[in-house]
Amino acid sequence: MTTPPRVLADFAHEVRAKNAGPFWTTFETFMLDENGYRIAADAEFLNEAVIADLYQVDAADVLIFRIPELNTVKISFPRKVAAGGLLDRDLHCGQQHVPLAMMVVPERLLPARSSSVSRPAEGRP
Amino acid sequence: MSEPRARVGVLTPSGMLGAGIREESVRRGLALGADVITVDGGSTDSGPYYLGAGTAKTTAAAVRHDLRILLAAAAGAGIPLLIGSCGTSGTDSGVDWVAGIVDDVMAEQGLSLEVARIYSEQTAAGLAEPLDAGRIHPLPPLGELDAATLESCTHIVGVMGHEPFAAALDAGAQVVLGGRATDTAVAACVPIMKGLPDGPAWHAAKIVECGGQCTTNPRSGGVIAFVDADGFEIEPLDLDAACTTTSVAAHMLYETANPFLLREPRGTLDVTRSSYVAVDDRRVRVEGSVFHEAEQKTIKLEGARLTGYETISFVAIRDPHIIGRIDEWAAFMRTVLTGRVEQTLGLADHEYAFDLRLYGHNGVLGGLETQGATTHEVGVMLRVSAADQATATAVAKVSNPLMLHLPLPDLPYLPSFAFATSPAEMERGAAYEFVLNHVVDVDDTTSMFRSVQ
Repeated sequence: MTTPPRVLADFAHEVRAKNAGPFWTTFETFMLDENGYRIAADAEFLNEAVIADLYQVDAADVLIFRIPELNTVKISFPRKVAAGGLLDRDLHCGQQHVPLAMMVVPERLLPARSSSVSRPAEGRP
Repeated sequence: MSEPRARVGVLTPSGMLGAGIREESVRRGLALGADVITVDGGSTDSGPYYLGAGTAKTTAAAVRHDLRILLAAAAGAGIPLLIGSCGTSGTDSGVDWVAGIVDDVMAEQGLSLEVARIYSEQTAAGLAEPLDAGRIHPLPPLGELDAATLESCTHIVGVMGHEPFAAALDAGAQVVLGGRATDTAVAACVPIMKGLPDGPAWHAAKIVECGGQCTTNPRSGGVIAFVDADGFEIEPLDLDAACTTTSVAAHMLYETANPFLLREPRGTLDVTRSSYVAVDDRRVRVEGSVFHEAEQKTIKLEGARLTGYETISFVAIRDPHIIGRIDEWAAFMRTVLTGRVEQTLGLADHEYAFDLRLYGHNGVLGGLETQGATTHEVGVMLRVSAADQATATAVAKVSNPLMLHLPLPDLPYLPSFAFATSPAEMERGAAYEFVLNHVVDVDDTTSMFRSVQ
């Protein structure tokens, strides 16, 4: 039997994105627990180059904050177009979290089958 | 732990004036011992239009509703009411608009509070001197500023800190209506005036600025923060909401690029070492927040300029033959439309611009889309920009027969798509873009603002 791949959102309360002023966008991955945080904070899984590739921005502009106290990783980078211009498709950047939320978690970071976390009903975007 | 010297209660009933303030929440905040009521009246978050046009996002009736509650509460308790970023963007017209509603409400309620207006609008001519003197610097991702960019703005505002509000209160104001201000300025003002340290004052201000957003129920009716010498304590005004260590700490992340450092005109709030402790199941205490005085005080600028006039046309496609080849159809549309515009209107590429959006098919994420899902229906939005409204609408009208009937080159029939409205074209009027993200070096953080009392 095949099961769908586990994605970052499966281990999070919420993955969200929002403007940080008209020229920046910022993301938070509020993970369910330490196990989820271990996944989101894994520097091989989520790093500046990965985000740059996912969002087609310059890796040098990507800021990543790993905050274990909140089981949260925060990511910020400049918007490609300023908020509200002719080519801006998402005024508040409110839907930009989806590619991040849907990142497939690599096998090595998945919890052991016996202790696997159940898929939260509203954790997916 | 040392016994607090004194504390100041900051009541923030909502994240935005006009969003819907509840009288019982405010009453509860007053009973808890509020020393000041503060609320933010604006944001850049809804886009450049409001600054560019100098008009408010909120409707007057909603602002009037909230002001009735707030003015009566402030007058009844004898405490000041501070409102920042009046009229969404904080232009002079926004301050006057809110002031007019305040006057109406005070007349209606028989109040005669002393009202101060603080204007934050700047002129390109006034900024020419600091620009020439090298005292205006870009914030990333923007580059160096030139005079032409300043002159192109329809409105420019300076973003004030707490200082102009404090000066107005010192001069006897009971209600202060500020132009563009940092989200935190109004809430930090009175604690700092009462001699409490900047670290807890600014941190509390950042946490309360969105009202109930820092609680377990973001739609609840606001919060009250008590700032003291060592930190602050925060609780929701509504009994069915709670502040938890997570809900409070997480709010520092909201709409900030950096979750630990927050720049204000006079320095930077640093919450790297802040601790969050539950007092009980509804209240949280925060300590360890510090404020680093900057070597150079700065005032941030925001500015928007006209990009042109826009017209939108919207049609929906359900035909499976087109949907199955929708990217090909859209590319064909772009080519045919560009040709027809040149042929009929004689417009070259640089004389207008359009964005063709396929809602239902990567409409939001475009090239960033990672899901390969198929769809059976697509909404096609054509957004046209030109130097004047007539030209933008002319381009949209030229697109009309194409939006209705454009087939694929090898389709054996002429399809007709589903227009949503008659006429299909919707004129959006003037459109704007944000062009400033710069700071001005200042010696005095009140010098760029004008107070009228």
